[in-house]
Amino acid sequence: MPSTADIQAGLAEILEEVAGVTPADATPEKSFTEDLDVDSLSMVEIATAVEDKFGVAIPDDELANIKTVGDAMSYIEKNQG
Amino acid sequence: MSTIKLREGAPGAQILGLGAYRPRRRVTNDELAQVMDTNDEWIQSRVGIAERRWASEDETLVEMAVAAGGKALAASGLAPDEVDLVILASASLRAPIPGIGPQVAHRLGIPRPGAFDLNAGCAGFCYALGVANDAIRSGESRNALVVGVERLTDVTDQTDRSTAVIFADGAGAAVIGAADEPGIGPVAWGSDGDQYSAIEIAAGRSTMTMAGQAVYRWATTKLTATLEEAMEKAGVTAADIDVFAPHQANLRIVESMTKKLGFGPDTAIARDIVQSGNTSAASVPLALTALMESGEAKSGDLALVLGYGAGLTFAGQVIRLP
Repeated sequence: MPSTADIQAGLAEILEEVAGVTPADATPEKSFTEDLDVDSLSMVEIATAVEDKFGVAIPDDELANIKTVGDAMSYIEKNQG
Repeated sequence: MSTIKLREGAPGAQILGLGAYRPRRRVTNDELAQVMDTNDEWIQSRVGIAERRWASEDETLVEMAVAAGGKALAASGLAPDEVDLVILASASLRAPIPGIGPQVAHRLGIPRPGAFDLNAGCAGFCYALGVANDAIRSGESRNALVVGVERLTDVTDQTDRSTAVIFADGAGAAVIGAADEPGIGPVAWGSDGDQYSAIEIAAGRSTMTMAGQAVYRWATTKLTATLEEAMEKAGVTAADIDVFAPHQANLRIVESMTKKLGFGPDTAIARDIVQSGNTSAASVPLALTALMESGEAKSGDLALVLGYGAGLTFAGQVIRLP
């Protein structure tokens, strides 16, 4: 099972791939929309990439509650197999 | 006991001619930004639309369908009385009774054809193409006219910036006839009715709502398999495809599908949404005619087409361009 650091690194990779975010910027306190300029459709792409990478599905209603990188990290941590 | 006799069928069907009608009025993003809280950068980055066409009052569904259908007929070289089936795909009839297929046929001088409307949302044109293909192959019909026509601006809330910047108007048509060599592959179609409310005009309402994120997720994750199924059923691979023309819902979905299927620079990709917006059932024939007019696609090319939208419905096939 991936550690918190693995999850953060994996998310950073996804953010770089989907939205061109510099990996060093993908820190837990960052807001996807406010700080990282990730739009709602890119959030969907992040959700599908998270499912591929971590096997954790993020349905649309849950996705709406994920505001920061830290929110995404705890969601993955809590829901992984 | 008497037996029921069937018609003699044809080995295949092909598209004989395409036609399009684009409304006169061009609406740019800057024009929309004057009346709602949006801007060119926001629209281009979210959906990839630079401008769209909005129908004026005289550009009714029937008039646009007749214009596109007439061009397709002329391109096919057939006389109107050689057509015996008309399928009109639309999801934006504000007065749904009667359907307008019979009237469009009458206006085009097609005498008493089988004629009906088909509502499969943005998948309508490809659904209709599948039905017409089988009608000709079975011998039920000699030649068919398929039209996709929309006035989505009639069913769009012009104060809802999430849909008002996307939806637009137009018509596209194809005439289909029998062929010794199949020019229309088997349809890969289906539906996901559990998501019926993702795109809808709710009961008692007059405008459409769309769950953008849900539709985007569905389109970018579920439909690659449909595109692959359409190619597999037709016995071709992505390397054989000269033209990829999916429904023009969002440029980002077009790019995502293009990437997933691995199309390279040798395949012409339809990006008509940039100039036309999302025209639902009209988008595939509009995109095909735009590619042929620009020279990016040519007669004889093998094209992969896909419609998808309200229902949720989807349909794709491989076709030979006329």
